[in-house]
Amino acid sequence: MTAAVTVTGQVRIDRRALFPPIRLQLAPGLWTVLLGPSGVGKSTLLRLIAGLPIGGVFAGRVENRQPIALMAQDPGLLPWLTVRQNAALGARLRGERADAARLAAILQRTGLSDHAGKLPAALSGGQRQRVALARTLMEDRPVVLLDEPFAALDARTRMAMQDLAAGVLAGRSVLMVTHDPAEAARLADRIYLLTEEGLTEHAVPATSPPRQHADPGAFACQTALLARLIEGAPR
Amino acid sequence: MKARAALAPLAIGVAGIVLWQALVVATGLPPFLLPGPRAVAEALLTHHEVLARAALRTSTEIVAGFILGAGAGSLLALLMAASPRVATALRPALLVSQMIPIFALAPILTLWLGYGMAPKIVVSALICFFPVASAFFDGLERTSTAHLDLARTMGANGWREMWHLRIPMALPMLGSGLKLAAVYAPVGAVIGEWVGGSEGLGAVMIHANGRMWIDLSFAALALVTVIALAFHAAVGWGVRRWLARFG
Repeated sequence: MTAAVTVTGQVRIDRRALFPPIRLQLAPGLWTVLLGPSGVGKSTLLRLIAGLPIGGVFAGRVENRQPIALMAQDPGLLPWLTVRQNAALGARLRGERADAARLAAILQRTGLSDHAGKLPAALSGGQRQRVALARTLMEDRPVVLLDEPFAALDARTRMAMQDLAAGVLAGRSVLMVTHDPAEAARLADRIYLLTEEGLTEHAVPATSPPRQHADPGAFACQTALLARLIEGAPR
Repeated sequence: MKARAALAPLAIGVAGIVLWQALVVATGLPPFLLPGPRAVAEALLTHHEVLARAALRTSTEIVAGFILGAGAGSLLALLMAASPRVATALRPALLVSQMIPIFALAPILTLWLGYGMAPKIVVSALICFFPVASAFFDGLERTSTAHLDLARTMGANGWREMWHLRIPMALPMLGSGLKLAAVYAPVGAVIGEWVGGSEGLGAVMIHANGRMWIDLSFAALALVTVIALAFHAAVGWGVRRWLARFG
């Protein structure tokens, strides 16, 4: 099985290495979760794959021949566009016409049909992330990069959004960056832990994602991840 | 609520006039040096034909100067935002253009452009240009990373990124620049009229000062103030209505 995306190398900011040289691979069609404390360079890795500017120097290679879609913690909605128009932003930015039938189907799947004509200001935080998810789906890219997309949501909304995202993004190669061990344990097919010491793979529960919050395997995985994060903390 | 909000500034205005009258009485200065509010009101009535014609002229210059200056300023901001090279090259020139005292430039402009409306409009435009260019450019440079990341991953070209993201996001800053320019535009027009020509409220003031008709000079000054306030309010209203469309 060849990887969907491979990143090998190292990032330096002000000549200081963020982490030792790493090799991160995204399994095709699966959820890879990159877990780590804040400031360790998780988002930097994601930005490298997305081909976005990073605040440092990268020495290494990004192997990826497939187009990507990006969803971040800031939903990045345009306040003057309706939910429907925001979901179809990609087409607007490329000067194309959005496929109306597909747009309607995606709004339906993300539970936004009743809100299609509303402006973002009239939505809750969870609904705004639904719009961002719908916009990501409209892009219809084989590789999807999620940069802590649910970090700002309350626990109940976050869980619902995790389940929704797991369902609608099934079959795509997903990289999710998070600092939440519970989120990693619920959603991952592969878990990588990134700390100042480097990148290590961590065992995932036997059940398939999205796992129930009370799933014993997921719970044990979450506890183990948390222990490793605490161990890895610089003293 | 709105009417009540206007009450306090109005009260201050009335207090100002009362204070002025008190000053006239207390100092006992002759009316040709310090005319009271009543004398100025009489001058307004007596010379209303001259003043009305001058006010129309000055207003035209203000509006034309504002449109010209704001238009050129917006255009330059767009150019600078579109190309970092242009921005680096022009930023010092932009700053220097603002450091040249406009009073020094106005006579030269009159020399070049004659005694008609043109030099007044240009002075007013020059003074409007900088606040608009500077504020709009800052706004265009401050598009959030989240939005720029999206535009890039979605494959937007520079022009569409500008039109659909950066310009709409910069509109509040452009609005601030326009409101500031609306304050300066009348100053520019009056400076232009002072320096040369025989029409407009600035020329009326110079003419009246030369003859010690301070009451007429004050009347012209009062009209300039009213025009400036009205123009600022109109631009503010337009900006608010326009921004409402962009949440």
